[in-house]
Amino acid sequence: MQELQDEKAGKVKKERTPMPEQPAEERKKNFNEVALGYTKEDALAEASRCLSCKEPKCVEGCPVNVDISGFIKLICEEDFSGAIEKIKGTNALPAICGRVCPQETQCEALCVLGKKGQPVAIGRLERFCADYERQQGVKVPEITKPTGKKVAVVGSGPAGLTAAADLAKLGHKVTIFESLHKAGGVLSYGIPEFRLPKEIVRQEVEYIKQLGVEFKPNYIIGRIKTLDELCDDFDAVFLGTGAGLPGFMGIPGENFNGVYSANEFLTRVNLMKAYDAEYDTEVRLGKHVVVVGGGNVAMDAARSALRLGADEVSIVYRRGEDEMPARREEIEHAKEEGITFRLLTNPVRILGDEKFNVTAVECIKMELGEPDKSGRRSPAPVEGSEFTIPADVVVIAIGTSPNPIIFKGSEGLDQNRRGTVVADEETGATSKCGVFAGGDVVTGAATVISAMGAGKKAAKAIDEFLKEK
Amino acid sequence: MAYKILKKEEIAPSVHRMVIDAPDVAKAAKAGQFIILRINEKGERIPLTIADFEKDKGTVTVIYQEMGKTTKQLAKLSAGEFLEDFVGPLGTPADIRKLGTVILVGGGVGVAPIYPQAKAYTRAGNRVISIIGARNKDLLILEDEMKNASSELFIATDDGSKGHHGFVTDIMKRILDSGDEVARVVIIGPPIMMKVGAGVASPYDVEILVSLNSIMVDGTGMCGGCRVTVDGKTKFTCVDGPEFDARKVDFVELMNRLAMYRGEEAKAVEKYEEECRCGLH
Repeated sequence: MQELQDEKAGKVKKERTPMPEQPAEERKKNFNEVALGYTKEDALAEASRCLSCKEPKCVEGCPVNVDISGFIKLICEEDFSGAIEKIKGTNALPAICGRVCPQETQCEALCVLGKKGQPVAIGRLERFCADYERQQGVKVPEITKPTGKKVAVVGSGPAGLTAAADLAKLGHKVTIFESLHKAGGVLSYGIPEFRLPKEIVRQEVEYIKQLGVEFKPNYIIGRIKTLDELCDDFDAVFLGTGAGLPGFMGIPGENFNGVYSANEFLTRVNLMKAYDAEYDTEVRLGKHVVVVGGGNVAMDAARSALRLGADEVSIVYRRGEDEMPARREEIEHAKEEGITFRLLTNPVRILGDEKFNVTAVECIKMELGEPDKSGRRSPAPVEGSEFTIPADVVVIAIGTSPNPIIFKGSEGLDQNRRGTVVADEETGATSKCGVFAGGDVVTGAATVISAMGAGKKAAKAIDEFLKEK
Repeated sequence: MAYKILKKEEIAPSVHRMVIDAPDVAKAAKAGQFIILRINEKGERIPLTIADFEKDKGTVTVIYQEMGKTTKQLAKLSAGEFLEDFVGPLGTPADIRKLGTVILVGGGVGVAPIYPQAKAYTRAGNRVISIIGARNKDLLILEDEMKNASSELFIATDDGSKGHHGFVTDIMKRILDSGDEVARVVIIGPPIMMKVGAGVASPYDVEILVSLNSIMVDGTGMCGGCRVTVDGKTKFTCVDGPEFDARKVDFVELMNRLAMYRGEEAKAVEKYEEECRCGLH
C-alpha cells in the first residue's frame, strides 16, 4: 500500500499551489489581509494533489481530528458545500483555523507528500471551503432536542467558542460570559486584521449564536458573579479564560510613556481600531519601535507598528532565529516587510527623557550555552557588550499568564505555581466538581487550535458528566 | 447590548450626573469600584467611578466632568438614549470596616467616588468627617448628599465663595492637629491634590488611602496600561486598586503617565468641536 502511494506521489506535483498574497511593499501600508485565498481553480489544483491515503496520518496531526481526506475528496468533486459540511462536523471555526493554525507542525507535518516534496496545503483548502460557504450564506445545522441542562462557558476565545458550539449541538443550553464588549478573545483583540479579518471572527461568532448559544458580553466572572455562584446557577461550567495577564521584564524604565505590553498595544490596534482615525482610541505612533520577544505575538506587534507608519521596527530576541517560537510563515512575512531582527540580544534597561517618554533601549548581547536537560540552549549575557537602540515605542511581548480575576472569591479550584488551572488532559475536569477547563488557562499561552482541541474534549466530557448527573 | 440612560442632569457647570439601567453591575457593586463605558461602536473605553447604585432598582450612577472628546460627547446624550457598553463593577472594593473616626476628603469631581464611601463607612459604624471642595461654590457637587451621609461635613473653596477659603487639605490638617483620634484618611481628587494631601497627612500616625485614576483600556488586568509603582513594585490600578496606601504611591510617575496622550486628546477635542460647529453631531 505504502509503495502504491509512493508511486502515485511520484506523479503528483512536488510543489503546492501558491497562495496569492498582497505584495510586501503594498501590504505594509495597510491592515488588509496579507494572504488573499485560493480561487476555485487553485483549490481544485491543490486538492488533486491529495493521495486519499487509506490510513491518513494528517488527521492525527489535527487537534480536532477534521476528516481531511474526506473534505478534500469533496473539493475534487466540486462539492464545496459538502466539503464545508464535513469540516464543520468536527470544527466550528474553519475560516479561523484555515488562517491561523500552524499547520506545518500539525496536519501538514504528517502528510505523506511532505516526505519527498511539499505537503498538501490543508489549511489553505480549509480556508477556501469556509470562505466559499460565507459567500453562499452559512447554513445552520438542525439542533438536537433540548436536554434541559444548562452549561456556562466563561470566556469567548477559541476554547470557549468551540466548547459552546459542541455543547449546543448536543442540545444543552449554553451561555457564554465574556468580559470584553466583543466575542473572540485573542481572535478579536490579539491577532491583527492582516492575518485574521475581524469580519470573519464576527461571522464565525454569529454562526455559534445561531446554534442557540446565548452570549453575554461585558460580564466579568469574579466581579459580577463568582465562579462558585455560577456553579450554583448551572449544571456545569467550562473555563476558557485564557492567559491574558501580560508579563513585564522587571527592568528599569519599563513604566516610561511609550512602553506597552503587547496585549495593550494589540488591544488598542485590533479591538479598538486605533489605526483608524474614525475611532476614538489612541495609540502612540513610533518612528523607531522595538518589540521584545520571538513569538507570534511579537511578530503581530512588530508588523502592526510598521503599518501604523514606523520608520524602523526591530524585533529584539534573546535566542537565535531557530529558537524563535513564532510560525515560520510569520517570520518570513515580517522579514519581507522589512522588520529588523536583532537576535541573541536582550534588553537590560529602558531609557527616557525628562518628560517621561522612552528614548532608547539598552541591550546586551547574548550567547547560547550547551543544551540543558530539556534540550533547550539557554542564553547567557556576554559581559561588556551593552549597546543602545533608539526607540520611541517599546512593546513587551515576552508571554502571558492566566488572569487571576476569575478565581476571586471562589474555592476548591487547584492551580499550578504559574497560576494555570490543573485539569485532566483528556477531559478538562478540574479539582472542582462540575467545573472543566481548557485552552491557555490550563496550558499557559499556546495556540488557537490547541485551545479548540481542549474545548472539544471538554465538551465531550461535560456531555458525559451531564448524562450521569 | 445597550444600556439605557434613565436620568441625566448637569449638577455643576460641565459636570453631569447620569443614571444608567445596568442591573448586573448594580447588584454586584461596592463602594470604591468603577465602571468602563463605551458610547458607540467607534468610541473608546473610559473608566468612571461608581458614584451611587441601587441594587433593587438595578441602576448605577456616574458623575463626570467634560474634559475630552468622550466626556463632551457623553454630555450631549439625554435620558432615553443608550450607551453601547457599560461594564463593571471593576476594581477591588474599598476596604471598609469599623475603624472609629475616618476623614474623607474629596476634591472637584473626586467628591463623586467619596459619596458611596461615606455611606458605607457610616453604615459600618464609623464617625465620618467629610471634607469636600471645589474651585468655587458653583462647582461644588453633592453637598446635600454628603451632609446626609456624614457625621460632620466641611466645605472648602479655592476662592472662598463658600466654606473655608482655601484647600480641603487645610481642614484635614486642622482636624489631625486637634488631637482627635483618627484611624484613616481617604483622599480622592485630581492627582496633584492627592499627592499634596498625602504629603500633609504623612507625618501623622494615620492610615492614608487614595484612589488612583490611571489611563485604562480594558479595566480587567489584561493590558497593564494603568500600571503604577506602589512600594517599588508595579501594580495594575484596575485590579490591584484603584485604592492604594498613599505613602507608597509614586505620584510623579502617575502624573507623567496621565499626560501620555495629552497631545492626541487635545486634537480629538478640537476635531470634535469643529464637527459640532458644522452641525455633524
